[in-house]
Amino acid sequence: MIQTKQLIKRVGDKVILRGVNLSIKEGQTVAILGPNGAGKSTILKVIATLIKPSSGEVLINNKEIKKHALEVKSLIGYLPHASLLYDHFTPLENLILFGKLYGVKDVEKRAKELIEKVGLSFFLHEPVKSFSRGMIQRVAIARAIVHEPRIILLDEPHTGLDQQAIVILNKVILEMKAQGTTTVMVTHDFKQAAEICDRIIIVKNGKIVDDFMLENNNLDLVFDKYALLTEGVV
Amino acid sequence: MKTTLNLEQEPFTKLKDSLVHRVLVWATIISILTSFYLIFIYAPLETTMREVQKIFYIHVSSAWVAFLAFFVVFVLSIMYLVTRKRIYDIYAGISAEIGVVFTTIVMTTGPIWARSSWNTWWAWEPRLTTSLILWFIYLAYIMIRQMDGAWDKKARLSAVFGIIGFIDVPIVFMAIRWWQSKFHPIVFGDGPSQKGGGVEPEMLVALITMTISFTLLYVVLLQKGVYLEKAKITVENWKEKLREKLVG
Amino acid sequence: MSIFTNALSIAWKDLYSEWKTRQVLTTMIIFAGLVIVVCSFAFDPTNNTTKAVIPGAIWIIIVFSGILGLNRSFVSEQKNDNMHALLTAPLDAASIYLGKFLANFIMLLIVEIVAIPFLFLLFDFREMGSFPYFILVLFIGSFGFVAIGTFLAALAANSRSSEMLLPIMLFPLVSPILIGAVQATKIILTNIDKLPNAISWIQLIGGYNVIFFVLCVLLFEYVLEV
Repeated sequence: MIQTKQLIKRVGDKVILRGVNLSIKEGQTVAILGPNGAGKSTILKVIATLIKPSSGEVLINNKEIKKHALEVKSLIGYLPHASLLYDHFTPLENLILFGKLYGVKDVEKRAKELIEKVGLSFFLHEPVKSFSRGMIQRVAIARAIVHEPRIILLDEPHTGLDQQAIVILNKVILEMKAQGTTTVMVTHDFKQAAEICDRIIIVKNGKIVDDFMLENNNLDLVFDKYALLTEGVV
Repeated sequence: MKTTLNLEQEPFTKLKDSLVHRVLVWATIISILTSFYLIFIYAPLETTMREVQKIFYIHVSSAWVAFLAFFVVFVLSIMYLVTRKRIYDIYAGISAEIGVVFTTIVMTTGPIWARSSWNTWWAWEPRLTTSLILWFIYLAYIMIRQMDGAWDKKARLSAVFGIIGFIDVPIVFMAIRWWQSKFHPIVFGDGPSQKGGGVEPEMLVALITMTISFTLLYVVLLQKGVYLEKAKITVENWKEKLREKLVG
Repeated sequence: MSIFTNALSIAWKDLYSEWKTRQVLTTMIIFAGLVIVVCSFAFDPTNNTTKAVIPGAIWIIIVFSGILGLNRSFVSEQKNDNMHALLTAPLDAASIYLGKFLANFIMLLIVEIVAIPFLFLLFDFREMGSFPYFILVLFIGSFGFVAIGTFLAALAANSRSSEMLLPIMLFPLVSPILIGAVQATKIILTNIDKLPNAISWIQLIGGYNVIFFVLCVLLFEYVLEV
């Protein structure tokens, strides 16, 4: 589903990615772990077509992302750390706007369903700017999946959320997973990673240093491997 | 931090050692001295403006170099956007700076001419006003280059501006020409206000020589500027490496 | 066709957001009013000869209040990284440009509809040569100004000091429009016998608009890159 070949990304004089080769099958749920500044978010941004790699290529569904930009973009749902929502708009207006941009049919019905799913039906007509971080993140996840993407890319989705918001977020992600959606998640939260994901990739210094499958939500395995690889840089 | 720069793959040679550069420097010196001889001794004195007319040679050839420099910026901007090689961006930046310097010369010599010819320091005359707008456009270009952030962002944005800025120039000129077309003597060709008199052949020789030597000067300055810029980048990289070593 | 429907969605989004907050438009209109007041201090409105400065005053209002709106146009997309949402959505860069252009253009037209009658009122300006041509020159001049202004606003938004950078880039580049528009307005308002001259000015602006509109659409994706 997602393939990257020799991704290199330079920003100014700094090298962020030094040759990332990645291959993710359809339906997999992958967590990308690594110390700060390792290039985790950059990998996600490159896959999300937000930034161009300096060299190397990305294939989504066997299609080169630059050549089939519009087609590829409509397969992807991207949820970065910022909410990407318009402050003055209500959740409903935000979702309808993005639904329209993604060409979703029957957009109002879909938007209302999603808002109900993330438990904000009472706040349908309140502007987003009055919301707490947890509520905003719930609307943000709804925005990211408004067009029923086949790939979702999440950048530290659990940071700064209360327990209730985490539960709802995980429910949504697992529901998408059950439908066969491919998920890539950058995170610092090992517990959530072990709970949701079935494959772990560890990135250090712009390179993939480990890549293993996870069974039975084995949190200790993640901790052990991570400590081994990133000694002294956490 | 190796291979961070496309430049580093090229060997860093001292400009002094480059034969081409040395030849160009000497050619520039000789041709400028020759043009001074041609301007001040060989070319005849113009009847109405006398000595002040000599400024005409500097004025016109500076304008030519400025325009050439901005055209180079335009071409290199397109090349940068297509290839994303830093070297094009460096050349474009230096070329714009030289262009601004020569435009400044145009705009200082212009008023001196205007004072003795039309008895006013500044005339809203098409070519002079276009130079003024040109000057502002490329000052803005240099300001974009001074922006905060990584070099590739600045290179991309200034390249975009270098393209639209240059395409704007002929339109600016046309607009100003329609607006005010009463001052400048149209020296060559059949202009509507063919009053400025023609150019004597000796004057033309002096003008062409001056233009050639200023063009040579432009090339030398471009080489020097790019050399300095490359040196700056190399030093920055060494400093960065050293910093990493000291910290890590 | 989806380029245009997407552009309309984006323009609608900007205008609706503006409708809810009324921040930018109010500021633009108040600023236009202040420019008119400053103009009446600078050029005595009771003096009959000051009629001659009205064409210039009109374009001073448009340019200065226009630049306030343009400054906000892309900076407002940075608060929650909204621009990233637009860039990851299946949109052409051209739709983003067209949408933004449309929103800015409509806002500037609203300012003109409010401010120019106010100017005429304060300067006691009554007869005008040709009303339809006056509207035409306002429309076409503002079109070009906003077209290149929207593009440069996106460029300037990459800088932390975008408010300072935008006017410095914009004013020299739009000088042909300003020259043409002021000359055409002057002829249309006070000297209608020379209408053919005004029409050739309008043609010049039209040509400029076509060239730069196409150029901006083509180059816009380079400005938006992250």
